[in-house]
Amino acid sequence: MLIIKNLKASIGGKSILKGITLEVKPGEIHAIMGPNGSGKSTLAAVLAGREFVEVNEGTVLYQGKNLLGMAAEDRAKEGIFLGFQYPIEIPGVSMVNFMKTAVNEHRKHKGLDPLSASDFLKMMREKKEMVEIDSKLANRSVNEGFSGGEKKKNEIFQMAMLEPSLAILDETDSGLDIDALRVVANGVNKLKRSDNSFIVITHYQRLLDYIVPDVVHVLYDGRIVKTAGKELALELEEKGYDWIKREVENNVIA
Amino acid sequence: MEKDQDKILSDVTSGEYKYGFYSDIEMDRIPKGLSEEVVRIISSMKNEPEWLLESRLKAYRHWLTMKMPSWPNLKIPHIDYQEIIFYAAPKKRPLLNSIDDIDPELKRTFDKLGIPLEEQKHLAGVAVDAVIDSVSVKTTFRETLAEMGIIFCSFSDAVKEYPDLVKRYMGSVVPYTDNFFAALNSAVFSDGSFCYIPKGVRCPMELSTYFRINSANTGQFERTLLVADEESYVSYLEGCTAPSRDENQLHAAIVEIIVEKNAEVKYSTVQNWYPGNKEGKGGIFNFVTKRGICKGENSKISWTQIETGSAITWKYPSCILRGDNSIGEFYSVAVTNNHQQADTGTKMIHIGKNTKSTIVSKGISAGKGQNSYRGLVKVLKNAAFARSFSQCDSLLLGDKCGAHTFPYLEVDNQTAIVEHEATTSKIGEDQIFYCNQRGIATEDAIGLIVNGYAREVINKLPMEFAVEAQKLLQISLEGSVG
Ligand SMILES: Nc1ncnc2c1ncn2[C@@H]1O[C@H](COP(=O)(O)OP(=O)(O)O)[C@@H](O)[C@H]1O
Ligand SMILES: [Mg+2]
Repeated sequence: MLIIKNLKASIGGKSILKGITLEVKPGEIHAIMGPNGSGKSTLAAVLAGREFVEVNEGTVLYQGKNLLGMAAEDRAKEGIFLGFQYPIEIPGVSMVNFMKTAVNEHRKHKGLDPLSASDFLKMMREKKEMVEIDSKLANRSVNEGFSGGEKKKNEIFQMAMLEPSLAILDETDSGLDIDALRVVANGVNKLKRSDNSFIVITHYQRLLDYIVPDVVHVLYDGRIVKTAGKELALELEEKGYDWIKREVENNVIA
Repeated sequence: MEKDQDKILSDVTSGEYKYGFYSDIEMDRIPKGLSEEVVRIISSMKNEPEWLLESRLKAYRHWLTMKMPSWPNLKIPHIDYQEIIFYAAPKKRPLLNSIDDIDPELKRTFDKLGIPLEEQKHLAGVAVDAVIDSVSVKTTFRETLAEMGIIFCSFSDAVKEYPDLVKRYMGSVVPYTDNFFAALNSAVFSDGSFCYIPKGVRCPMELSTYFRINSANTGQFERTLLVADEESYVSYLEGCTAPSRDENQLHAAIVEIIVEKNAEVKYSTVQNWYPGNKEGKGGIFNFVTKRGICKGENSKISWTQIETGSAITWKYPSCILRGDNSIGEFYSVAVTNNHQQADTGTKMIHIGKNTKSTIVSKGISAGKGQNSYRGLVKVLKNAAFARSFSQCDSLLLGDKCGAHTFPYLEVDNQTAIVEHEATTSKIGEDQIFYCNQRGIATEDAIGLIVNGYAREVINKLPMEFAVEAQKLLQISLEGSVG
């Protein structure tokens, strides 16, 4: 699905990612954890095609293709979905219109005809039920006036609509109450198949009570400093990130 | 980061104008230039009554004493009125308003514009008066409307058939002394639309006028006069296009609306005159005076305008709220891309008690466009409990364009409540990327975001035209971001 090799990236000349190597196989859920400012969102941004992050070195293969050479919208249509840490408001643009445009762009890319209005609305209804979001959300403008939790649930709803092959969820759990957290986790669990993959970026282990990752990575100062199974998340929860920092400083982990 | 934004923006502002074709129609033209003689020729070509010629001459003489307004925030090149042709009309014109007599090339022209002149082909529920250069060539559904007592015809026909109505109302809202371009129009206007809705009648279809400038070096000076008698209702729409040419062309129109007691007029404009090329060469100078009076109590005028065309736009559709409880509304989206300039807004004059006005203006600037909102809210001494609310928003695409807001308030009554809000925002790179990440290319993303921004205004348009307006907004910004 995704093979990242020695990826180095910078923002405005400041080096942020300092050599990341990572492989995600179909059907896997990877969790990326790490303290604030370690580069988790920057990694997500590079994968999604955000231009202000400069890639200085390394390669990213997605389904065998050179991902870094593709425009952001093409990556999306090829099945990469980013759940934003801070979803953007687009005033006056209804969720219906926004999603219809997005879904039909995806369909066009696959050589399919656009959905009829009624088929589209039916799909919206089904997905809303599936991810258990308030049906009113979908009638409002994109994220406009949504609460923090509503915005995150809306990301999961969009993910359900677009059925990505690789979904990257950037701290979708931050700031959520337990109910919203469950909505997010259920969304992932329902959409999980043997042929798609998830990268779940999270600061806390809490989400991982609901989403069971196959692999957990710790990102610190632009490097993956530890990779292990799901038990690593628990260890982090217990010992905190200071433990990682100390280990890195003492070169215990390299 | 800045660089990416610049690149994006420079790419999205270079769309092509779709209506720039020229049709080879046999035309009668008078020699270029303006004089008393020319005014007389126009009047005589139209077989006008003496009173109208007199009124034209009065206006012309007054115009000679006037100067172009210098207060707009516009750079207007010198206009040589002796280089303009003031009258051009297709040679072959239907005598009995029958479709068979129309020059086939003319019919094709309007077909190409999406305005078929055959009634059976036209959008259901829309009657059209088609005006090319100086004359109206066809008004559809005239007979159907006449059965309800509604008069909908060209201005020239109205002068012949309903001289009393024309005499009574023409110039009653926009006198020829009003401003430089109103005086010019009153002297040389050639045609336009006339509409009268009798007492108690709700007009069952949209009425519309489609203006097309076709001939080179020709100015278009039309008048629209719309009278809604007591308890009546009409929704009216105008559209306009012109060929792409390197020379600027002048369009100076007058629209007058009179609304009696309990009557309502909705007037919508989709203005898409040729805007000039990317370097700012050519394009229409659009200098228009539009004004309506809410004469009777509980009357209402609602202006909605989508202004995407013209090199220069100067217009302030206004409401005189004379009747008690009368309502004036102004909803506007004005786009300036490339080198376009717009100075547009409204005037709401509160005279009657409990009068209410609402102003929603959405300016969109891209390229090197300059967009000014200029609005006056005036509450006279006797306008007790008048209320006015203005919302003026500006959206900038890129950093070479400009947005300006000039709100004027004159309030002479203590009980009035007048509110004004203004915002300026830049189209966000974050918003565009959010769309990109969902599979929506930047060009489409901008269309989506801009239409969202303008939605409040677009929603005021008759449904048939809202979709058109959305497409137009997107096209007019094509290439401004990429
Ligand atoms: N747009 C930006 N401009 C400049 N620096 C940035 C930008 N985004 C992130 N950074 C910097 O990159 C580093 C990593 O940030 P980020 O990827 O957001 O971390 P995380 O998501 O792990 O909290 C931080 O030092 C942050 O300040
Ligand atoms: Mg982050």
